[in-house]
Amino acid sequence: MSGAADTTAAKKPGLALWLPLGLFGAFFVLVMFGLFRPASRDITSQMIGQPLPVFDLPKIAADRPGLAAASFKDGKPKLLNVFASWCVPCAAESPQLDELARSGVSVQGVAIRDRPVDLDAFLARNGNPYAAIGSDPTSALQLAIGSSGVPESFVIDGKGVIRYQHIGVIGPQDMDTLRQKLAEAAK
Amino acid sequence: MNRLAIALLALLAAIVAQAPAHANDSLPPAPYAYTQLADPAQEKVARDLMDTLRCLVCQGESIADSNASLAGDMRNIVRMRIAAGEQPEAIRAWLMQRYGSYVSYKPVMSAQTWPLFAAPVALLALAAFLLRGRFARRKPEDKSA
Repeated sequence: MSGAADTTAAKKPGLALWLPLGLFGAFFVLVMFGLFRPASRDITSQMIGQPLPVFDLPKIAADRPGLAAASFKDGKPKLLNVFASWCVPCAAESPQLDELARSGVSVQGVAIRDRPVDLDAFLARNGNPYAAIGSDPTSALQLAIGSSGVPESFVIDGKGVIRYQHIGVIGPQDMDTLRQKLAEAAK
Repeated sequence: MNRLAIALLALLAAIVAQAPAHANDSLPPAPYAYTQLADPAQEKVARDLMDTLRCLVCQGESIADSNASLAGDMRNIVRMRIAAGEQPEAIRAWLMQRYGSYVSYKPVMSAQTWPLFAAPVALLALAAFLLRGRFARRKPEDKSA
C-alpha cells in the first residue's frame, strides 16, 4: 500500500505538491493588498454627462431665492453645492466656497433636510457664498443626482449637464482641480 | 451603592459627550420613511424591494434595516413610487442609473461579476480533476486488503 502511494508521488511531484502553497501565497497577497490599500468608500454618481433632473426647490434662507433646474441653462457654468447646516464638515469648506464666489463662480446651494432658523444661523456664522439656496427636506434632489452625502459639489455646465462631482469637503488642495473643471465646463 | 451609581452616571455622561461627532439633522422623517403603505399588497412589494437596496450611508445595511435619514428618504421614494403604480424593477433601475450596481443587493451577471458565478464551477471541476485518480484506485486496493 505505501509502495503504491510512493510510486504515484514519484510520478507527479510537481503540480499537486506546490499548488496549495501557491494558492495560499496568492490569497495572502490578495489579503495584504486589500489591507494596505482599502477600497474607497465613496459612491460616485453615475449622472456625470447627464442633464440635471427637473426640479424646483423652494427658498429656505431669509435672503436668498429658491433653486430651479431652469436657472442652470443660462449658458454659464455653475457649482451646485449639496450641504446642510447640521453637517459639521460643511463649515470647513465655507472659506473655499467664498473664494470661488469672490472670483466670479456662481455657487448654488441645496440644503438637505434643513430648517430655516438653523440654516440662517449657519450662514451668519460661516458666510454666505450662495447665489440661491433650494430646500430639499426629503433628499429628493440629492437622490435624483446620485449624491450620497453632504457635502458634495457638482460642476454644471451652461446647458444644465452635470460635468464633475466632488465628494466631501472642498479643501484648499481641491481648488485647482475645481477651477479647471469649471473652466472646462465653460467651453 | 450611591458612589457606584454616581460613577456609572459619570461614565455614561462621558460616553454621551463623545457621541456628537456624527451630527444628524433634526427634521422629522419623510412621510413614508417609517409609515407603511395602506395597501398590504403594495407594502409587501415595497418591502421586498427595500430589502434588496443598499443604504448609501451605512454601507452594509439595506435601506429597510437602516436608521440613517437618507435611507428613510430612500424608503419614502420607494413607497411613493410603488403607491403610484411603478414596477419595483423600474425603481431599482432608476437608482442604479444614479448610483451604479452598488445600490442593489440583487446579484446580476455582468462583465465584473461573472467570476463569482464561474469560480464555484471551476473549483468543482478542479476538485474532480485532482480526485479522479483516488476514486478509481480505491476499489482494487480494498479487494487486495
